[in-house]
Amino acid sequence: MNHLLIAPVVLPAIVAPFTIMVLRHHLSLQRIFSLASVIALLAITLVLGAQAADGTVQVYELGNWPAPFGIVLVLDRLSALMLLLTSGLALAVVLYAIGSGWDARGRHFHALLQFQLMGILGAFLTGDAFNLFVFFEVLLIASYGLMIHGGGTKRLQAGVQYVVYNLLGSSLFLFALGTLYSVTGTLNMADLAVRVGELPADDTALLRVGAIMLLLVFAIKAAVLPLHFWLPASYANAPLPVAALFAIMTKVGAYGILRMYTLVFGPEVAATAGLIGDWLLPAALLTLAIGAIGVLGAREIGRLVAFGAIASMGTLLVAIALFTPQATAAALYYTVHSTLAAGLLFLVADLVMERRGGDIIAQRPMAQTGLIASLFFVGAIAMAGMPPLSGFVGKLLVMDAARGHDLVWWIWAVILVGSLITIIGFARAGTEIFWKSHDASHIREPEPEVPVDDAQAQPEALAPSAPTLPFVACFGLLAGLVLLTVFAGPMLDYTNATAAQLFDPDIYIDAVLKRAEQ
Amino acid sequence: MEFLFASAVGILTAAGVYLILRKRTFPVILGLSLLTYGVNLFLFATGRLMVNAPPVLNKYAEVAYTDPLPQALVLTAIVISFGMTAVVVMIALGAYLSAKDDQIDMVEDTTRAGDDA
Repeated sequence: MNHLLIAPVVLPAIVAPFTIMVLRHHLSLQRIFSLASVIALLAITLVLGAQAADGTVQVYELGNWPAPFGIVLVLDRLSALMLLLTSGLALAVVLYAIGSGWDARGRHFHALLQFQLMGILGAFLTGDAFNLFVFFEVLLIASYGLMIHGGGTKRLQAGVQYVVYNLLGSSLFLFALGTLYSVTGTLNMADLAVRVGELPADDTALLRVGAIMLLLVFAIKAAVLPLHFWLPASYANAPLPVAALFAIMTKVGAYGILRMYTLVFGPEVAATAGLIGDWLLPAALLTLAIGAIGVLGAREIGRLVAFGAIASMGTLLVAIALFTPQATAAALYYTVHSTLAAGLLFLVADLVMERRGGDIIAQRPMAQTGLIASLFFVGAIAMAGMPPLSGFVGKLLVMDAARGHDLVWWIWAVILVGSLITIIGFARAGTEIFWKSHDASHIREPEPEVPVDDAQAQPEALAPSAPTLPFVACFGLLAGLVLLTVFAGPMLDYTNATAAQLFDPDIYIDAVLKRAEQ
Repeated sequence: MEFLFASAVGILTAAGVYLILRKRTFPVILGLSLLTYGVNLFLFATGRLMVNAPPVLNKYAEVAYTDPLPQALVLTAIVISFGMTAVVVMIALGAYLSAKDDQIDMVEDTTRAGDDA
C-alpha cells in the first residue's frame, strides 16, 4: 500500500495536538510549524495528484482490513483535485493569518486550522459513508472554534446559529446513513454501489428516502437555496481569513453530491434517477438568483462576498445538476475557480475591513487603496464571471454543457442575468468603497476605534507596520486564478478525464472491492 | 416491541424538532439532545431489532447474534453528539454572557458587525 495516501490526514492530526500541547505559549513557533505543515501538505497533495493523474484508483486499507469490512481511503482523480485545491487555499490562508496578525487575536488558531484541514482532507479521501460523517464532524467542530476566533458578541451569536444549524445537519446525516444501512447492510461506498444496483426495483422506497435525506445534508453544506440561511451571517461574522478557508467547506457539500450521485446512485439506478436533475436543478437556479440579488443588496463587504459565494455555488450546482460528463467536467473546473475567487475576495474584504470598516459607504481613504482596489476589482471580475479570468471560461463551459437540456433557456437566462446583477453589485460596492472615498463631499465621520477585547492579543501583531504577507497571499490566489485561465486547456483535459472516471464507477468499485483479482 | 420502539424514535424526533424551533438557546439545545437520542435509537434499529442476542458470533453454541455494526455506529455517534453538545453549550453561554440575552436570532442593529477589531 502507498502510505503517502494517508499522510494528508495524519500530518495535520499530529501537528495540531503538538501545537496545543508543546507550543501553546510560542506564537512564532506555532506559525512556523503551521506554515511548514501546510507547505508539506501542498507537496504531498502534488505528489498524490501526479499519481492519480494517470487514472488509477489507489486504495488504502486502514489496519489492512479488506474493503467492505474495514475503512478505506480512496484516491482517484476527483479526490486528488480537491486535495490539491484545499492545500493550496490553506497555504494562502495561513500566510494571510500570520501576516495580518489574525492568529494572535484568540488562542489556538493554528491548531484549529490544522484540525479543520484534517477533516476536509479526510472527507475528500474517505471511501466509507460513515467515515465521511466522522470527517464532517471533525471539520465542523474545528470550524466552530475558528468561527468564533477572536470573540465578540455578534460573532458569538452568529456562531450559535451556525453550530445549531450544522448539528441539525449532522443529525439528518445520521438518519440518512441509518436508512441506507437498513436497506443495503453496508456503508462502504463501493459496496453500497453494488448493493444498490442489485436491489429489486419494487423495493426501493426506503432507498429513495435515504437518498433524498443525503441530498439534503449535502445541500445544507453546499448552501443550496432553501437551506442557505446559515451562510451569509456565519461567513460575514466569522473572521474573514477563516471565511476564506470556509470557501472550500461549501465545496465539500458539492463533492459529496458528486461522489454519492455518480458512484452509489448513478444514472442507471432507476429508483433515484430523476432525483438530481428534477430537484437540484431548480434549487441551484434559485440559489444563483438569490446570491446575485444578495450581492446587489449587501450593505457590508463581508455579506457582499458571502452572497457572491452563494451565487457561485449556484452556478456550480447547476453544472452538477445537469449530470452529464461534459457538465461535470465544467463543474469541476468551476469548483477550482470559485474556491480561489471566493478565497481571494474574502481576504481582500478583510484588508478593507481592517483599514476602514466593512460598511459599503464612502469614508476616508484608507492606506494602500490602489493596491487593494485592484485586487478587489480583479476578484470581482473573476467571481462575476467576466472575461478575461477563469470565471468567464467556467461559466462558458457550464452554459455550453447545458445546450441539450430541456430547460436550456432558463439556465442560460439565470446564469447571464445573475452574472449581470453580480457585476452591478460588485461595481456599486467597489465604487462606494474605493472611489467615492476620495471625494470629500461623501466622507462621513469615521467610526470610533473598536477596542480589542481580547487580552491575549499582542499589540505588535495587531498593527503590522509593513504587512506584505497578506498581499503575498492575495497575489498567490490571484496567480492561481490566472494560471487556471491560461492553462484552461490542460485543466479541462484533466477535468474531462475526471468526469469520465466518475461516470464509469466500475473502476472505483473494482479497485476498492478488489473484484479484478478474484 | 417494534411499535414501542418506532413511536419512541418518532416522539423523540418530533419533540426535538419542536424544541429546535423555539427562540431561546436553552430549549434549542435540549431539542438538539432529544434529536440525537432519537437518531441513536434509530441507528440501533437499522440492524433489525433482536432481543437477547449478543452482537458477537459465538463459535461454541448455535445462538443467534445481532448485527454488531449499528452498535459501533451508535457508539461513535453518541461520543460525537456529546462533544458537540458541550461545544454548543459553551458557545451559547459565551453568547449569553456577552449579549446579556439568550435569543437565538440576532438583533438587527445599526452598529456594524462588531467587536471584531
